[in-house]
Amino acid sequence: MTERNRWVRIAYCRDIPLREGRAVKVGNREIAIFNLGDRFLALENRCPHKGGPLADGIVSGAMVVCPLHAWKMSLETGKGVNGPSASSCVETFRTRMEGGIVLLQAERSVRAI
Amino acid sequence: MPEFEEEVKQTICKCISFSEDQLRDILRSQQLRSVQEVLEIYGNGIGCEICKPALSYMLDMLWCGNHDEDRSARFINDRVHANIQKDGTFSVVPRIRGGVTSPDELRRIGDVADKYQVRMVKITGSQRIDLLGVRKSDLPKIWADLGMPSGQAYTKGVRMVKTCVGTDFCRFGVQDSTSAGIELERRFENLFTPHKVKMGAVGCPRNCAEATVKDIGLVGQEGSWQVVVGGAAGKKVRKADLLVTVETTEQALEAAALFFQYYREGANYVERTYDFVERVGIEKVRKETVYAPDAVKRGLLERLRKSKQRSRDAWLERDTPRNPTQFVQIQPLEEVFV
Repeated sequence: MTERNRWVRIAYCRDIPLREGRAVKVGNREIAIFNLGDRFLALENRCPHKGGPLADGIVSGAMVVCPLHAWKMSLETGKGVNGPSASSCVETFRTRMEGGIVLLQAERSVRAI
Repeated sequence: MPEFEEEVKQTICKCISFSEDQLRDILRSQQLRSVQEVLEIYGNGIGCEICKPALSYMLDMLWCGNHDEDRSARFINDRVHANIQKDGTFSVVPRIRGGVTSPDELRRIGDVADKYQVRMVKITGSQRIDLLGVRKSDLPKIWADLGMPSGQAYTKGVRMVKTCVGTDFCRFGVQDSTSAGIELERRFENLFTPHKVKMGAVGCPRNCAEATVKDIGLVGQEGSWQVVVGGAAGKKVRKADLLVTVETTEQALEAAALFFQYYREGANYVERTYDFVERVGIEKVRKETVYAPDAVKRGLLERLRKSKQRSRDAWLERDTPRNPTQFVQIQPLEEVFV
């Protein structure tokens, strides 16, 4: 049973280095959470191409580049932004910061079409 | 037609509108020491997966390792010192200099493979051993248990020196290629390069360790060494060019060092020696390395010495990680029920 709209305390902000991502297991799903300095963004840690770990990708602005075959995914929308990735999409999750801790909304987000 | 056509600049990517040659000059003269600083002043302030690692290398090379290394600008392999595989696991290749190991090392490798349930133990084409299918979180423990340094098999850096058994055992060996190769590997190991650098040392022209298709090769002859550069047996197959023929092993190692640093300083990022040597031309390479004025040679060797002095075995981060979550998967601070 998943609680809707539940905010989960994930990590101390300082434990996710600037412009890097980290994988976190929330319930039964693996989420990639990124530190963009003024905000944290989170999406499913699985590239729609071949399942690459997006948390290990290089951050380019508000995009992450999958470490396996360089698909670029928007951290804001979860949509692919280059070449063949453009019609793909991964789930995104809402985050917020509170007292040096980053929280993530465990509710299933609406899948963009 | 305009009288002067605008010079076409080969830029790294769309983020920065300068060539790598220009950037090296700019970074040096402006004393810039971090990737983000360079991007903010000379680029779009953002950067991408192409320019960030390139700038990262450039800064490391220019400042002989004395720069502000930004791990976020580097590929995952260089953040965790292992090679990412198609399923997100990693491969581990310890340094086995010159391809020479020992029963004790082999036992430790075997024990590690058992303990961490390594999916495949593979002899590589580089006379080394690859442990495949390792979880990121196991990397520091595996390195500690192995007690061997990183073989840098995951990075654009010094890979290995492949050797034959040379004069110690071979009936035909005329030079001690095994010792020379081990020494060559020792002198360059832990350093970063524009692209991977694979080397070879052979004790006679039969070339058993294939030195003539390596980035740098030492080919033993009766009473001399041929130092060859720009060879390849990869995407491209290219016979290495002769850099110089010298009498002693020390002279051969020095010639290799001159070329090695010249390549580090002059090649574009992800340009292999075989492209670099062809682009520059072997005559010019010779003139600016082994036949350069003494002051130029001293400069190359001094900058190499400085870089080497600051370099370290990346796997020592098992004891002093860059940050607490470098190798671990984050656990939520509170329990989540599903």
